[in-house]
Amino acid sequence: MSDPFVSLQAVEKRFAGHHAVRGINLDIAAGEFIAIMGPSGCGKSTTLRLIAGLDEPTAGEIRIGGQSMKGIPAYQRDTPMVWQSLALFPFLSVADNVAFPLRMKKIGADSRRKRALEWLDRMGLAGMAERQVSQLSGGQRQRVAIARALVTEPSILLLDEPLSALDAHLRTRMQTELARLHRELRITFVYVTHAQSEAFALADRIVIMGDGVIQQVGKPQDVYREPVNAFVANFIGMNNLVSGQVLSSGADYVEVLSSHGAFKVPTAQPLQTGAPASFVVAGDRVSLTAEGTATDPHLPRIDGTVLGLEFVGSTQTVFVEVAGASEFRVQKQQHEIESLGLVPGRRVSLSWDPRHAWLLPQAA
Amino acid sequence: MKRDSLTRLSRTLQYTWVLALFVFIAAPMLVIIVFSFDANRFPTIPWGGFSLEWHRAIFNDEMVIDAFVNSAVVGLGTAVFSTLLGFAAAYIDYRWRFRGQSSFVLLVAIPPAVPATILGMAMLAFLSRVGLFGRTETIMACHVAIAASFAMAIIRLRLGELGADLEQAAWNLGASPFTALMRVVVPFCKPALIASFFLSAAVSFDEFMIAWFVGGVHETLPVRILNLLQGQVNPKINAIGTVVLVISITLVLVAQRFVGVKAGRTAATEPP
Repeated sequence: MSDPFVSLQAVEKRFAGHHAVRGINLDIAAGEFIAIMGPSGCGKSTTLRLIAGLDEPTAGEIRIGGQSMKGIPAYQRDTPMVWQSLALFPFLSVADNVAFPLRMKKIGADSRRKRALEWLDRMGLAGMAERQVSQLSGGQRQRVAIARALVTEPSILLLDEPLSALDAHLRTRMQTELARLHRELRITFVYVTHAQSEAFALADRIVIMGDGVIQQVGKPQDVYREPVNAFVANFIGMNNLVSGQVLSSGADYVEVLSSHGAFKVPTAQPLQTGAPASFVVAGDRVSLTAEGTATDPHLPRIDGTVLGLEFVGSTQTVFVEVAGASEFRVQKQQHEIESLGLVPGRRVSLSWDPRHAWLLPQAA
Repeated sequence: MKRDSLTRLSRTLQYTWVLALFVFIAAPMLVIIVFSFDANRFPTIPWGGFSLEWHRAIFNDEMVIDAFVNSAVVGLGTAVFSTLLGFAAAYIDYRWRFRGQSSFVLLVAIPPAVPATILGMAMLAFLSRVGLFGRTETIMACHVAIAASFAMAIIRLRLGELGADLEQAAWNLGASPFTALMRVVVPFCKPALIASFFLSAAVSFDEFMIAWFVGGVHETLPVRILNLLQGQVNPKINAIGTVVLVISITLVLVAQRFVGVKAGRTAATEPP
């Protein structure tokens, strides 16, 4: 990236006796929609707060628009944030909430009211201007919070788990809305979430954080198909991780011996025999057959027992217990499940095309 | 069947108890009010007929008027300064974590717990030494010491409902810490500020002991009442008592009205 809009260089944040962020480097391009994901406590919200200036980094540097943010307080950064709690001002009307940042910029009453009303209109809240925040529904409040953050036409918008308080239906609608806003405004969105569906649906790039460091940065499909380590593979819940040792190594593949048997996995470079190795198979790349029914004997195969099923829209996730008390998750269409007669307790064979297995580049 | 009648008996006893309690508390006050409108010179039964004579008399008594003005000035000043100091103390406790924080809170909370006699004597000894004895400002300062601790308690409670996000959101949207304080924290605390204003006024208006110790020639209304009582029995006392009662109860009721405002009804973070 030649000219990043936001740049974090070796940024660290230590709280009393707790290392929240342990040195992260990240460049965000102007106009990019980037999602920061990770389990709770991984430092993703802290990273956002550091960009906003609500916390000061213990070490390292943050640059926004080429300018170092060192010593610049939050209120001079122009990095509005949409809060998980929304943080709307309960004592102000909807219009006054949206006009608040304009007022802070000393913009005249008429002008700020006009701009606030424009944004309310744009967010589908025309006619709500004089309401109290308490009179709005959850989705409407969410829109007010977004309008308030965008009313000053900033070049970056920070979002801290903004949709987590909404129900599933509203969440999907607001997701569409955010995608539209990003398309229209062409400003940088930094979106912190723990929900994969939001991150994968919205972001140009995904940052996976764990234990205070960045584990992987990449396009959603890359992070999904090609996790760099076991942490990412486990975090992206749709992956099945198999660990073992290198049995033999060929020109473009290695054979990994695991507790389920030996499997061939494609690789770019040969590995040493006996070295630990792990690979993943995405849950939608695994085929299921009743145990013992003929599959291609050349394909890798693991036998297991169906533990249960979980609805995810039109697909279902099948949980299969395999040897060693580990679990495989497989996504199947509803009709496939029915034709296979998959019910808990049924013995099945799992197999996949070896080309679809992904060897973790870093030893697990 | 048996349970039913038992419940009814218990209910009746409960109501009787509450009623007796109210009569016990309210009856003396009612007596004062009733006799303040009595034409008789001495409160005796039978009632001598309705009269505004004693009320008129207190409004013509210069010492009572002076005392009333003193009380009003002290009460108003106490209300303003206690609310300001109470807010400052509550905000400090809310916003920062520092060494000695619990001692700080204790320090603010302690004055009402000290017996008024002790406090009054101590104040008298101290203030006469520094040459501040016997001024209305002195009474006010002492009342602020007591009322500020109530003000802090009320305002701190309200601040507890202000999540950390709201103030930070204001910074994030371009408000300097001071602007955020004035535009977000103060408006959020408004009901508590009003409540503590009226409660502080009521505390000051009712306070006798300290005002008596440190006021010197400046009498507040409660001090004037006692001085009247020490002379001959004077029917004006009932009239003054009625006026004081009405003012105090009004102040406390107004305070109650605002302290009872729940944050949940207006907070933005209320779950949908």
